[in-house]
Amino acid sequence: MRLIVRHRTTYSYASPVFAAIQTLRLTPRSYEALAVHRWSVRSDQRRPLPSFTDGFGNITHCHSVVQAHTEATIFVEGEVETTNTFGIVRGATEPLPPMFYLRRTPLTEADEAIQAMAGEIVSERSPLKRLHALLNLVRERVDYRIGATDPSTTAAQALAEGAGVCQDHAHLFIAAARHLGVPARYLGGYLWTGVESQDYQASHAWAEAFVPDLGWVGFDAANRICTTEAYIRTSIGLDYWSASPVRGVRRGAADETLAVRVQVEQAGQEQ
Amino acid sequence: MHYEIIRRWLDETPTTALSVKRREAEFLFRRTGVTFSVYAEGGDRERLIPFDIIPRVLDFAEWQQLSRGLKQRVRAINEFIRDVYHSRQILRAGHIPPELVLHNEAFCAEMQGFDPPQGVYVHIAGIDIVRTGPGGFVVLEDNCRTPSGVSYMLENREAMMRLFPDLFARHRIAPVSHYPEDLLDTLKSVAPPNCKSDPVVALLTPGSFNSAYYEHSFLADEMGVELVEGPDLFVDDNVVFTRTTKGPKRVDVIYRRIDDGYLDPLTFRPDSAIGTPGLFNAYRAGNLTLANGVGTGIADDKSIYPYVPRMIRFYLGEEPILENVQTWCCWDGDDLAYVLDRLPELVVKEARGSGGYGMLIGPQATKTELADFAARLRARPGDYIAQPTLALSTCPTLVDAGIAPRHVDLRPFVLSGGKEIRIVPGGLTRVALREGSLVVNSSQGGGTKDTWVLEG
Amino acid sequence: MLSRTADNLYWLARYVERAENIARIVTVGNRMASMALSLGNPGNEWESTLIATGSEEGFFAKYEAATGPDVIHYLVRDRDNPSSILSCLETARRNARAVRTALTVDMWEALNGTWLKMYEAEEALSAPERLLDFLEWVKERSLLFSGAYNNTMLRDDAFHFTRVGTLMERADNTARILDVKYHVLLPGDEGVGGATDYYHWQAILRSVSALRSYFWVYNDRLKPWLVSELLMLRPEMPRSLVSCYDGIVRHLDALAESGGGQRGECHRIAGELYARLRYGRIQDIFEAGLHEFLTDFTERSALLGDEISSFYLI
Repeated sequence: MRLIVRHRTTYSYASPVFAAIQTLRLTPRSYEALAVHRWSVRSDQRRPLPSFTDGFGNITHCHSVVQAHTEATIFVEGEVETTNTFGIVRGATEPLPPMFYLRRTPLTEADEAIQAMAGEIVSERSPLKRLHALLNLVRERVDYRIGATDPSTTAAQALAEGAGVCQDHAHLFIAAARHLGVPARYLGGYLWTGVESQDYQASHAWAEAFVPDLGWVGFDAANRICTTEAYIRTSIGLDYWSASPVRGVRRGAADETLAVRVQVEQAGQEQ
Repeated sequence: MHYEIIRRWLDETPTTALSVKRREAEFLFRRTGVTFSVYAEGGDRERLIPFDIIPRVLDFAEWQQLSRGLKQRVRAINEFIRDVYHSRQILRAGHIPPELVLHNEAFCAEMQGFDPPQGVYVHIAGIDIVRTGPGGFVVLEDNCRTPSGVSYMLENREAMMRLFPDLFARHRIAPVSHYPEDLLDTLKSVAPPNCKSDPVVALLTPGSFNSAYYEHSFLADEMGVELVEGPDLFVDDNVVFTRTTKGPKRVDVIYRRIDDGYLDPLTFRPDSAIGTPGLFNAYRAGNLTLANGVGTGIADDKSIYPYVPRMIRFYLGEEPILENVQTWCCWDGDDLAYVLDRLPELVVKEARGSGGYGMLIGPQATKTELADFAARLRARPGDYIAQPTLALSTCPTLVDAGIAPRHVDLRPFVLSGGKEIRIVPGGLTRVALREGSLVVNSSQGGGTKDTWVLEG
Repeated sequence: MLSRTADNLYWLARYVERAENIARIVTVGNRMASMALSLGNPGNEWESTLIATGSEEGFFAKYEAATGPDVIHYLVRDRDNPSSILSCLETARRNARAVRTALTVDMWEALNGTWLKMYEAEEALSAPERLLDFLEWVKERSLLFSGAYNNTMLRDDAFHFTRVGTLMERADNTARILDVKYHVLLPGDEGVGGATDYYHWQAILRSVSALRSYFWVYNDRLKPWLVSELLMLRPEMPRSLVSCYDGIVRHLDALAESGGGQRGECHRIAGELYARLRYGRIQDIFEAGLHEFLTDFTERSALLGDEISSFYLI
């Protein structure tokens, strides 16, 4: 499937911000199920953005504005060819070994409730079946509701709340998987939904778990499926915290207004 | 015997005269502001680290041996850090349990795959050494993050030379005062690949409220480099600049005395007010050298320490010149059983943590303390290591009652640059001032001494 | 140099100068109050002392009335008052510590020595009769610091910023002391030119160590316009406004030159204020109103401080 991504983020400030700097993990890397044809990350401020590959293997751009400004826009545009491998990730650059992804983080700490939840699926025989059971269980326990949580919500809090967004589903899945001794990690990226999508749905988050004999497999608990050709991976990390697609710091107090527009379309069917 | 000269000197100098000299030394330190702050204390008052005016003496031959051992150890540690952030051969070869590294908080995934300039990670190492017998030195601890204390080494010598010029005229004592120059050379030798001119060096301090601030300002001053705080710097296009009265000025090498977590709120702790956003990106982009490198804590973690001799064999193919203190790793079942059995004889330390707070000194512990620690060991064996109580060497020290033996350790400072490893002869001698005490930390009543390496 | 270093030096110099000025003003306030008592005419001397130090707002937020012991405590020791002598000395030492590498050894030792002795000196203050000794000591320490930096610093940007700090603070202080005359009440049965009035003018001169100078320069008895002229317009008087501004303009010029000729609003304001003082005449100022002139001066001088800050220090 040939997918075209257009993603524009505009930051507007009520009063001038003196300096702003951002780390952007918004670029996919090619692997067996995805080939990048063209991709660019740009800003409306003067120059091309410098980039490097981070410790997790993410292509990372750095965007800095050092003079007073009231608006800045970042444009991501690209085209990729994807195939459906039923979630199995092969041929990707893997700088860190699976064992690393058993590490506990504050956002994915398994409290008693998460441990109990994980306990419900240990009876499943194969590791893959367990993870599929977990996929459904996470979605059952946490309803999809925008506004119930924020980026600092932990897996435990989301479970207690019983509601959250894709980020919370991913965290909960990761926390339970790690508790069961299965390496799991957080993925950020784009999702083609097939319909004229609402913006927030095209920027997506899910999880990957390491299954013996298969390697890394993508699990999207929010949609109760293993990842397909509709998914474009752009950032990998231990949790939202280490894999945030955009992380920024700015100097100068100001009310920030964010205008985001994300479109993921099939090539040849652009509107 | 090299201590002969000290004995003779002490014999011919009345104790009262020594006490007078000690007060003079204190006055000198106070006036120049050689102080450290203790966090727990309120207000702006500062404390002096007690200075003992009787020097600690090492003869040249033993220093040479020690120095070779230190260089060997630091080379292996540097290789280890490089390996740990690349292909992890040492884990594959089964020399260290992989989870000890990969699940360690000090393992910094952000460093994976990155090659720091000239391949140097630990530019400044402080290796804590104790003497356990004649000619026998063992390593107590490696400090690979931001080791401090070198200013005391330099100021102690300065004070001794002012107080006892005749002693220095009579004996050949290896000088130490060139340390700041060596440090600057070291820092310049690891300039980042994108630096095309004479590298600009700066020293990054958390600020004047930090307990080691005096040392930061002292070193910056002695090296003639700018002493900067996080907000003095900014990053644009992955290049670091200082804010000056004449506009932005590029910086190439930063000797940072801020912990990893606080360096850069864009990459690490977002609540850090003492860091500079974007610093780490500039580092990874090849526009900046950080000394020490980021993630070096993986090498000095107490849970990794027991494996340093194996690192030396694995990476260098050499036998360790300096031994470790015998260490039992409580995450190993057999070791744990042994430790629980012999608890009253052992020193138990937290595998993470510093400052000597979370430790048990078996022979000095009460029954309740022992029981309490045994419970902790059973609950979280992975968090502890145990060592025998050492027969630490002592050194004559001036205390209220006169001259008496007190336990000492030694922290030499090892500088690793692009081409060579250098060590200023001696180091910082710390002394436990309380009778019988083995704790030399300045935060717990330890003092310092001048350290002499006698040449010939 | 680092903007923060420049900022610290500038403020450190201001704080030391402020501590000295407050010591001078409290000394004079004390003298005026005891004089008034002995003349049987207690007035509002302590209130005017507060005004001269610019602390009336802070003080009255805490106290109902300006009594001697309260004012003295507030101006000398109170840590709630950022401009009390001890607060100033503590802040100066803190700033010094933060920029140690930019200080000469003598500067550091002057400041650090003050700080080391300060708590001892403070304890001695519990005996009221020791107040004047203490104030004298503060003055000496400030003079020691200014001697140290004037005689040991390289003549580079660091020196210029330090010097600008001292002079800005000094000019402010002289203007405020002079303006006190506007606020001090004369006893009901006494008019301008009476004994109390005379003592007031004398006290003003004393507070800036200029009583002797006055007689050397004018060889005349104390006259308000002459005292004002001395403190505002005479270039040979080192604490006069014109002397201070002469220095401020020169040091800002030196900074501009070493910065490749870049100038900003701060250079313009300083030059304008200096020209006014350099070519001003005391009779014109008195005709338009001394108080009005001083109020305007203080406002512009505060503006200059802001402009220096935004041009060099942030």
